[in-house]
Amino acid sequence: MLQELTKIFPARNKKSGGEVTAAKNLNFEIPDGELVSLLGPSGCGKSTTLNLLCGLLKPTGGRIFFGEEDVTDLPAEKRGVGMVFQNYALYPHLTVRQNILFPLQNLKGAERPSKAEMLRKAEEAADLVQIGELMDRRPGELSGGQQQRVAIARALVKMPRILLMDEPLSNLDARLRLQTREEIRRIQRETGLTTVFVTHDQEEAMSISDRIIVMKEGAVQQMGRPQEVYDEPASLFVAKFLGTPPINVLRGTVKGERLYIGEEAVREAPGVPEGEVLAGIRPEGFTLCQGGAFTCALKAVEVMGRDISVVCTHPALEGETLRAIISAENLAQIGGEKVRFDLKPGKTFLFRPDDGERIL
Amino acid sequence: MEKNNPKSWLYLLPAILFLGVFLVYPLIDVFVYSFEEGYNFASQTYQGVGLYNYSYVLRDPYFLQALKNTFLLVIITVPLSTGLALLISLGLSSVKALRQLFQTVYFLPYVTNTLAVGLVFMILFKKTAYTDGFINQILGWFGIGAVDFMDGPYWAKMFVLCLYTVWIVMPFKILILTSALASVNQEYYNAARVDGTSSLRIFARITLPMISPTLVYLVITGFIGAFKAYSDAVALFGTNLNAAGMNTIVGYVYDMLYGNSGGYPSYASAAAVLLFWIVLTVTCLNLLVSGKRN
Repeated sequence: MLQELTKIFPARNKKSGGEVTAAKNLNFEIPDGELVSLLGPSGCGKSTTLNLLCGLLKPTGGRIFFGEEDVTDLPAEKRGVGMVFQNYALYPHLTVRQNILFPLQNLKGAERPSKAEMLRKAEEAADLVQIGELMDRRPGELSGGQQQRVAIARALVKMPRILLMDEPLSNLDARLRLQTREEIRRIQRETGLTTVFVTHDQEEAMSISDRIIVMKEGAVQQMGRPQEVYDEPASLFVAKFLGTPPINVLRGTVKGERLYIGEEAVREAPGVPEGEVLAGIRPEGFTLCQGGAFTCALKAVEVMGRDISVVCTHPALEGETLRAIISAENLAQIGGEKVRFDLKPGKTFLFRPDDGERIL
Repeated sequence: MEKNNPKSWLYLLPAILFLGVFLVYPLIDVFVYSFEEGYNFASQTYQGVGLYNYSYVLRDPYFLQALKNTFLLVIITVPLSTGLALLISLGLSSVKALRQLFQTVYFLPYVTNTLAVGLVFMILFKKTAYTDGFINQILGWFGIGAVDFMDGPYWAKMFVLCLYTVWIVMPFKILILTSALASVNQEYYNAARVDGTSSLRIFARITLPMISPTLVYLVITGFIGAFKAYSDAVALFGTNLNAAGMNTIVGYVYDMLYGNSGGYPSYASAAAVLLFWIVLTVTCLNLLVSGKRN
């Protein structure tokens, strides 16, 4: 439904001169009815992309399509998008009901429903997000989570073609965030609305989305299903950005289609040209093994119940420490100054050191 | 911290003494004066206590004229200046180019001496034997006959006084309103735009309610300020306001004390107390009306 072509967006002239390219040549297509996350660190252009989608910003170049329709030149109000803002932007002087009614009351002419119809729709939207009993309160009297629901109800009430959410969970505390996340998922499933969800929290994106789009410096790094992106990261940036604890990155070399870290040949590297590489190993990519190919200096063991986290150091490491998550059953085998691991095949990726592109 | 530390009273003493002598005591004294009948300024004696001062003041044609002038001034200038200031602030917050310049220009009257401004207004409007004055010249281009604004019909003088007052009080209101408008979170406007709200509706349903506390504040202080008007009239029409028929209540109080017909602190006090009740009533009404709307 939502097909997007190129969007170049420079020339937001700051006074100091020099333009900021918040989004360069973005190209992606969002399948109808799916929940897609725009994921990236602060300043990667995800909010800009969202503002371009909803029409609050005009693109410098490129087109935006909703289905077959080119909406690039349509103003925000004609696009039929619903938006949930980071700070909710609920009108503080209006009651919850009036807030939800607000978008409906903007409609004109034949589109404008009757008063009773409006009230019914508002009730429906409120019931969907389960705030039916709060309708006569003002936003100031509600908790963060309730305000969040009102904001969603307001965005849903006019039945938008697309629902846009700009970091909707960032103002909630950890527990509420988890709960609201599931709530958003449920609402999205029930309504079947194509939803674009902006977040910088990879865990949030992974758990809620049908697809995630990882962005960096205004460009798309990778798009795919959460598990795909995690299992097959296209670049070092994506690999580092997804997963907690983060991926371990080590400097290595490839000689004769084998990966060497330090002196040890740790795994096969079929088809990889000789030279320096960066090896990314997921924390769960280690297996403890007496005669393992990879040796590290043991620093600490953190017991987490089901798993244990083995904290090691290694001279080739980028960053401070290496973390391996292994089953707690192996706890007895760890001791002394060294640990030896074997590497699981699907959990180790090789990247070019200069641009971070994936080699293997 | 102890609550009734005697030391704290020591710290408060200078302020209490100062305010007591120069503010509280005179305030009470005004009420006392206003009931003392036949007060003699020279011997500081009086003949009786009663309401005669009030009945005199209320029957004094000069006071009634001053009352009428003040009320006209209040009713015309407060809504007009607040409304205009709102329009100008809205304009200021929507223009980008030359905004600083405009802001400075609109703020200039605030830092200009009111008497000097009054003089300029007088010169603009005055009709003398030699010239009809600048404004009359302009009116002449449109085929309107010359009017003696400064010394002519009542409505003309009132017009100049109102214009002058509006001009003088607007900068402050513009300043306050622009900052109130700027403090409205942009996200509300973004949300409204995404929902397709017309700009008129954005103004009525979002901007106006958001800045309404500021508006209420401006209207109340505006009312109080206009009721206290005096220097404006002096700047335009000179000190003999009774003769010009342009006196205000405060002007009347001053005249009763020190003017040519002065030396009557009892009448002045009665007039001052009447003004106090008027301002109090209007302010309470204001608060009531604005409180109901919220």
